[in-house]
Amino acid sequence: MSEATAALAARPAAARKLRRSRTSGARRKLADRLAQAVLFVAAAFCILITVGIVGTLVYESLGFFAHVSLVEFLTGTEWMPLFSEPRFGILPLVAGTVTVTFVALCVAIPVGTTCAIWLSEFASPRLREVVKPLLELLSAVPTVVFGYFALLIVTPALQVLMPDLPGFNMLGPGLVIGLMTVPYVASLGEDAMRAVPMALREGAYAMGATRLQVALRVVYPAALSGISAAYVLTFSRALGETMVVAVAAGMQANLTFDPREPAATITAFIVQVSLGDLPHASLGYQSIFVAGLTLLLMTLAFNVAGYVLRKRFREVY
Amino acid sequence: MTDMARILRRRRRADAAFAVLGALLVVLCLGVLAVLVVDLVRDALPRLGPEFLDSFPSRRPEQAGIKSALVGTTLVMLVTATVALPLGIAAGIYLEEYARKNWLTGAIEINIANLAGVPSIVWGLMALGLLVYQLGFGRNILTAGITLGLLVLPVVIVATRESVRAIPQGLREGSYACGATRWQTVSRLVLPGSLSGILTGSIIALSRAIGETAPLITIGALTYIAFLPPSPVTSAPPFVSLAWLESEFTVLPIQLFNWVSRPDPRFLSNAAAAGVVLLAVTLGMNTLAIFLRYRLRKRYSA
Repeated sequence: MSEATAALAARPAAARKLRRSRTSGARRKLADRLAQAVLFVAAAFCILITVGIVGTLVYESLGFFAHVSLVEFLTGTEWMPLFSEPRFGILPLVAGTVTVTFVALCVAIPVGTTCAIWLSEFASPRLREVVKPLLELLSAVPTVVFGYFALLIVTPALQVLMPDLPGFNMLGPGLVIGLMTVPYVASLGEDAMRAVPMALREGAYAMGATRLQVALRVVYPAALSGISAAYVLTFSRALGETMVVAVAAGMQANLTFDPREPAATITAFIVQVSLGDLPHASLGYQSIFVAGLTLLLMTLAFNVAGYVLRKRFREVY
Repeated sequence: MTDMARILRRRRRADAAFAVLGALLVVLCLGVLAVLVVDLVRDALPRLGPEFLDSFPSRRPEQAGIKSALVGTTLVMLVTATVALPLGIAAGIYLEEYARKNWLTGAIEINIANLAGVPSIVWGLMALGLLVYQLGFGRNILTAGITLGLLVLPVVIVATRESVRAIPQGLREGSYACGATRWQTVSRLVLPGSLSGILTGSIIALSRAIGETAPLITIGALTYIAFLPPSPVTSAPPFVSLAWLESEFTVLPIQLFNWVSRPDPRFLSNAAAAGVVLLAVTLGMNTLAIFLRYRLRKRYSA
């Protein structure tokens, strides 16, 4: 080392060059550290967003539960938060939400699963390349446009079959949400099924199975973990869907599981209150946060259930 | 032997039946969408024209238009992109290139997955409670843009991670072997290489933000806006003004919701026309994204 230093001392130009490259090396290292810090802050910010969401909902809900008992909230059968003698029983809103979601899933899961199996196991690769993007375009349509469809096209069409159906009902929006979520099931389900190793299929074909048998008894069970993830996503979307029901299902809370009746969902109630001008920190204002918290907890509960199921069915190759 | 033949024949018939059923269902889904769109366009025809794009909302349905909604959507998207793209790309790169496997990284990843599942109306409640009342941002373009930016953040992060992961490890190792630091590798090699994938994801994220209605209703996006926000470009120095951020606004989906929920049926063709414009914008953006992705895949496989 000392030999090298001596050599450098004899050549001042080379020494300057080395010094400069050392400082530029230090600068590069500093830039490296700085970049890492900035990028980390951006990633950690995501946790802050969650804290912001949960914190806001819980904070406003605590104000609400200072005036309304939890028992009344969970067991009351009337939801009339804006009346002079308000009633805060969440059950009618939950009933509306569950009914619409149920109708939507009755469409989305069978149709979506069939489409997924067909795309993965029956369609030719070229056809799949054309059809899958088209199906994905279906999920790019803004939900408020689907609300227009539900109110002005699907419900009138249903009224031809069922003359007693009111203009606002849960059946039309439910069916439309079902159609709207078919692409999630079809696209994600197809991804999951195509990830199943070819050897499994070939083994089944070698035993003389038909395509349908391979699809239903080998590929579908093997891909169940990924398919159930698609189901969970679809369920979350249907549960939290707002604009379709706000436009087409009516805004009156109604404790019923009959999809032919009009009823407000949790999301539609939040929209209805937001359209009016409610004073900040009033009980009515706090009630939309309680409704939002209920919705978030329902979504979370189902996601956790889905996670447990997925872990149980996961197949490792 | 005849039993066996019969079983086989039955199975083949089931197989063929399913092939037909699946094709029918796919065609049915696309067909229903096509019918709905055609019907929408037919309802919209009487209103669809240049003056519809260039008129303010009005109490008279035959004079109403979407000028303020178009400008509002554009400005809100400007804020959304400014929030979502830098944050999302930075977070995606951190998670893919820098993060060590520890509890914090795990927490961030679970977090992003959960954020993607939060119903959009809940984002609106967060915006109302936190941004409007706790932080005092007001019910304006800034709040709306931030809300939608945070809402689509997971989409940008996931797209960034996927396209960064597609860069071959050998390229990075080559860069390190030449003595580059991690940041040099990321900024000069990884980021340019994954840019088109990130672009595709960003277009999809913005098209989703354009169609979002619910989170803006809760922050009280007014629906009768017969004026434009202050212009972002001014004639006097410094030539840019940020006054528009504080302005009240309306956006396309809110205007559509307002018209569709009116009892007067004459407004419905306005709603349909706004729907056609909205649909054209979102479907156009998604088609562009699909096209970009297709070209991208061809480049990688070649």
